[in-house]
Amino acid sequence: MDILNSLVLLANYIFVPGLTYGCQLALGALGITLVYGILRFSNFAHGETMSFGAMFSILFMWLFQSWGISIAPLPTVLIALPFGILCTIAWVLFCDKAIYKFYRTKKAPPVIFLIASTGLMFLMAGVIRFIIGPRDQTVSDGARFIMRAREFKEMTGLDEGLAIKTSQAITVIATIIIVTLLFWFLNKTLTGKSMRAYSDNEDLALLSGINPDRVVMYAWVITAIIATVAGTLYGLDKSYKPFTFLQLLLPIFAAAIVGGIGNPLGAVVGGFVIAFSEITVTYAYKKFYAYLTPESWHSDGLLQLLSTDYKFAVSFVILVVVLLIKPTGIFKGQSL
Amino acid sequence: MAFLIGENMTGGYGGADILHDCTIGVEKGEIAVIVGPNGAGKSTGMKAIFGMLDIHTGRVMMDGQDITKLSPQARVNLGMGFVPQTSNVFTSMTVEENLEMGAFIRTDDISDTKEQVFDLFPILREKRNQPAGELSGGQRQQVAVGRALMTKPKVLMLDEPTAGVSPIVMDELFDRIIEIAKSGVAVLMVEQNAKQALNIADKGYVLVQGSNKYTDTGEALLANPDVRKAFLGG
Repeated sequence: MDILNSLVLLANYIFVPGLTYGCQLALGALGITLVYGILRFSNFAHGETMSFGAMFSILFMWLFQSWGISIAPLPTVLIALPFGILCTIAWVLFCDKAIYKFYRTKKAPPVIFLIASTGLMFLMAGVIRFIIGPRDQTVSDGARFIMRAREFKEMTGLDEGLAIKTSQAITVIATIIIVTLLFWFLNKTLTGKSMRAYSDNEDLALLSGINPDRVVMYAWVITAIIATVAGTLYGLDKSYKPFTFLQLLLPIFAAAIVGGIGNPLGAVVGGFVIAFSEITVTYAYKKFYAYLTPESWHSDGLLQLLSTDYKFAVSFVILVVVLLIKPTGIFKGQSL
Repeated sequence: MAFLIGENMTGGYGGADILHDCTIGVEKGEIAVIVGPNGAGKSTGMKAIFGMLDIHTGRVMMDGQDITKLSPQARVNLGMGFVPQTSNVFTSMTVEENLEMGAFIRTDDISDTKEQVFDLFPILREKRNQPAGELSGGQRQQVAVGRALMTKPKVLMLDEPTAGVSPIVMDELFDRIIEIAKSGVAVLMVEQNAKQALNIADKGYVLVQGSNKYTDTGEALLANPDVRKAFLGG
């Protein structure tokens, strides 16, 4: 019984939140990797792109809520999502035309793009605060839980509960759908293959008659879709705060690099590696060991390796270690 | 006039001229080979014909049409296939995907052409689902040539197709290139292995410092004592 209790405890506090957070990071890292694979630069504005998409989703959600439209028990933001995506696509395509295209025609080195994207990041952060304000916004409505801790306890008779939030289930399902669609697109469709070809060998892709402007446009459109979904899911799960997206940039980049930047599969794996490392390192294991060890062994401390305040240090350390030991990441990256 | 000809080409990569009044041409169904010492402008001459560098004097004609001002991409659309010397396959993509990418500009059914390429290079059929980056040097060259053939080009241009492959593979590649030419394609190639290349060539161009030094049939060049002494090692 104690073993079961301890496992449920881990499932409730590590596995379910880790899975959700991993999905969010995986989607974010996919956007970074796509832009890196096609446009060959690290897009620092990606966090704000996620925020931007989430903001538009929320604006449309408010509109729909004011009209009394609801899809309860699912959160209203889901029907606002497609409109948020459209706005974000329009925005990133505008940014590409207004900023990146200029440097592309000049064949500027990647670092120039990186700096331009950092500038865009600050610009977008400002615009977002201007439009929706810096405060916390609640995104989730409809049913909060699929399974409450109390229900689980009554069902199983265990002392420990397992709660699954609606937002967590939606996050996991949406990630599976997005990742499946993306892999199908990249590996099975001619357009997707042309993107991989462009990413693999730009000159040869040009010789084969692949239109670079097209490829770049598709890359931005897909990035905008994934970023909006990622940002909205993050907001749905935790609440939407504009400033969190600057902090998210570090774990997202860490995820992309750990997996091998430029490699979509690596981005997904990297997302889960970072998420589970962060959560397992910052979780307090006191109760877990209390179930498994005799009473005399029980500790007075929390048995927590690192305070949750330092959770970003985890991704930073992983990032540094990966860059020192295996800079290519788990899967060799560079091309989609 | 030859089917494809670069006439009196003078130009370079923006700095000093590399080509000086250089003329290179090839007929349908024939093989033309450009040979010469290092730095003679062999590859440059070929790139000039393909539109990868600016020539300020001279012109490039294909099938009686002046294509001097066209971009390489536009020339591919007109029926030119080009196999670069290095990075000539998509390493992370399978052999079959490489061929599909070669046929990207085509809107019709490509399965027949794919079969023809597989018939020409049977090893590729066997390895169709393997990433091209995992193949041997010779097999990679076959993928590269196959990729260029996917557009059903009228002219196939090869930049040192046998660079870095073993002599046996080189002979085999040359056999395949002869087969391609026999199917009515004009083949223009740059080669380091001058003797073997001139052996299969209908026409040979010996370039020195960006100008035509000797131009003749492959046979005649091989028989020419001056050429033998200066470029073919006696």
